[in-house]
Amino acid sequence: MSYVLKRIGQSILTVFVVVSGSFGLIRLLPGGPMDYLRAQMIQQGGSSMTMAEINQRIAAQTNIAVEEPVYVQYFDYMTAILSGDFGRSIWFEQPVASIIGPAIPWTVFLTASALFLAFVVGVSLGAVMAYKEGSTFDLTSTGVGLVLNSTPGYVVALLFVAYLGYRYQIFPTGGRYNSAIDPGFSAPFLLSVLKHGALPIASMAVVGFGGWALSMRGNSIRVLGEDYLRVARLRGLSTRRIALRYVARNAILPMYTGLMIAIGTVFGGAVIIENIFAYPGVGFYLITAIEARDYPLMMGGFILITVAMVIGITIADLTYGMLDPRAKGGASRESY
Amino acid sequence: MSPTKDSPARDDRDEDPAFAAIEGDDDAIDPESVTGAGDSGPSRPAISGHARKGRVAADDGEPGDGLRTDGAGGSVSEFEQMADVSLSETERRRQWFEEKILAPARIVWDDWRARFGVVVVTFYLLMGTVGLQLVAEPSPNQGPLLVGAFRTLQYPLGTTASGTDIMSQIVYSTPTMLIMITSGAVFTVVLGTVTGTLAGYKGGRTDSVLMTISDVMMTIPGLPLTIVLATALSINGNPVVIGVLITVNAWAGLARAIRSQVLTLRDAEYVEASRIMGIGTPKIIASDIIPNLMPYISMNFVRQARAVIFGAVGLYFLGVLPYNSNNWGVMMNAAVNRAGATSSPAAFHWLLVPMVTIIVLALGLTLLAQGADRVFNPRVRARHAKTVEDDGDEEGDGGGPGGATSAATGGI
Repeated sequence: MSYVLKRIGQSILTVFVVVSGSFGLIRLLPGGPMDYLRAQMIQQGGSSMTMAEINQRIAAQTNIAVEEPVYVQYFDYMTAILSGDFGRSIWFEQPVASIIGPAIPWTVFLTASALFLAFVVGVSLGAVMAYKEGSTFDLTSTGVGLVLNSTPGYVVALLFVAYLGYRYQIFPTGGRYNSAIDPGFSAPFLLSVLKHGALPIASMAVVGFGGWALSMRGNSIRVLGEDYLRVARLRGLSTRRIALRYVARNAILPMYTGLMIAIGTVFGGAVIIENIFAYPGVGFYLITAIEARDYPLMMGGFILITVAMVIGITIADLTYGMLDPRAKGGASRESY
Repeated sequence: MSPTKDSPARDDRDEDPAFAAIEGDDDAIDPESVTGAGDSGPSRPAISGHARKGRVAADDGEPGDGLRTDGAGGSVSEFEQMADVSLSETERRRQWFEEKILAPARIVWDDWRARFGVVVVTFYLLMGTVGLQLVAEPSPNQGPLLVGAFRTLQYPLGTTASGTDIMSQIVYSTPTMLIMITSGAVFTVVLGTVTGTLAGYKGGRTDSVLMTISDVMMTIPGLPLTIVLATALSINGNPVVIGVLITVNAWAGLARAIRSQVLTLRDAEYVEASRIMGIGTPKIIASDIIPNLMPYISMNFVRQARAVIFGAVGLYFLGVLPYNSNNWGVMMNAAVNRAGATSSPAAFHWLLVPMVTIIVLALGLTLLAQGADRVFNPRVRARHAKTVEDDGDEEGDGGGPGGATSAATGGI
């Protein structure tokens, strides 16, 4: 229980650090976002705007009132973000929360599906490879896995767009769903969502599963040589039981740690993938904001990506503790 | 199968395969031959830290010489006894060369993956240095517009929509990329190793503080963080800075993994001996702990190098990083945005060439990492050998961090 509390506390700390960091980036950098925003306001408003008006507009956009002392600015900024107010986007002229909020589920949909697919396919393939170790199948799959593992997701995405999107027109090349269909729990809508999500998900999953397969293969081969497996065979347990309860379980558990790192890379990679497929997720808006120098939107996007990722990793971590009794953490070690 | 398989000799990881390879055994790293080598092989001089001390003292003209004659009155205690055979300076140097350079090189060359990796990486290094002399600098209107790849000998990889030679663009992008890769990998590995060893070795409060910091860093999404920092800090296109920026929080994962390796080392006898002798923590970490982590560190250096390539090219492709020279990612960006390479087949080669360049380099680095793994760690080879009958001393070695890192490589 204390581990759970500690882990949750750590996640809150992460979010706190990131939000504080974003305040520092906006407010404290000389020649940074704050100066840029002010210069932009002066350019737009010309001489008709007084300094007070400019400061007011900046405060509305960034939640930072420049005239106040820094600690008051910091406190206001933090409370505003905690209450869900991320400022106003300059480019879209809307509250940041109302742009990015609806985009989060889509990004989570992409990354979670990709991660799940890559994990399931990779682990099963790796198990078969380990079982048929040394066969042609094993060698070919290892080769393919190595090449996929050395391919960035965006390369696959670009190939998908070029071939399946434009040349053969099997899949759409942009958007979350067909805008002619009304959103709702109807079969055509869900089908359209799947069709639009298929290529982004596939391009993230394809590059991921090579890595999973290779590490599952390695782990399985290692487990296959363990003593407890010999004992299990001597006890006359069924092959099925040995495969599932002994080999699979012990080979998959170490990979759970990798899952947490993978959540991070997949989430980060989604930024590039979403832009290639013009898929309006959080990463898409993040890049839009950067191109438009829309600092409030950019910071909001970054904070929300982090929060989503922190939640994902925390869940993965907590469930890991339940699956593997050895992963209790917090060992009382002697300190030197 | 063999009961001697896990004899202590196998713990001196980088010496065993080396010796076996010196003996001319081509399949050197098989653990059987490693441990068995002692009885059957030709006699080999033992080189270890202790032996060297003895030799230095026994060398002619050394001040230790006098000391020796003093105490050599017949009853030399075993602590003062010197080695009977001493090696000359050249002999020692040659032996060091064989042991540390030649033998690992042979092992690397023995493994087809590592060989491929070495060849690829060398090729890119040459491309980034000698290549600049051989290929003309890219400029617009070098040739006809949008020549396909492998059509003419003059422009082997084709030209862009503005008539720039694609091959020369690729070649002239290499130096910047190499600098970026090196700076990013060095930054991650140094910071990760220092944090990880310190946390794992010291334990207690140091450990919890350092690990909390790296846990926090680890949970911040790397690529978006890089993008935000690059925009807010308004850096110019200095490749060293960009390399560091791309790996800005990658050190945290490495620190965690290294920490768990250190945990298995910190209570080893020789570390405990150093501690009891009152040697300071920095010295213990530097001379007792880090050498044992070298295989792991070098592997991660290569992994990080690949991560930098993926990240840098991806962000250049998106157009969010500043640049002031040629770059593979910028080429891809231009191909897609200026010539519509994804929708028009005429410009597709413009996109494909940098893609292949990246994949081949990444593949080379991956295989090199696996090769490095083999050089340093005979167990890995044993594990992949066909008849693996492990006697199960692999707890700290196999699963956790190994699985984590190889899975993590699948990302982006």
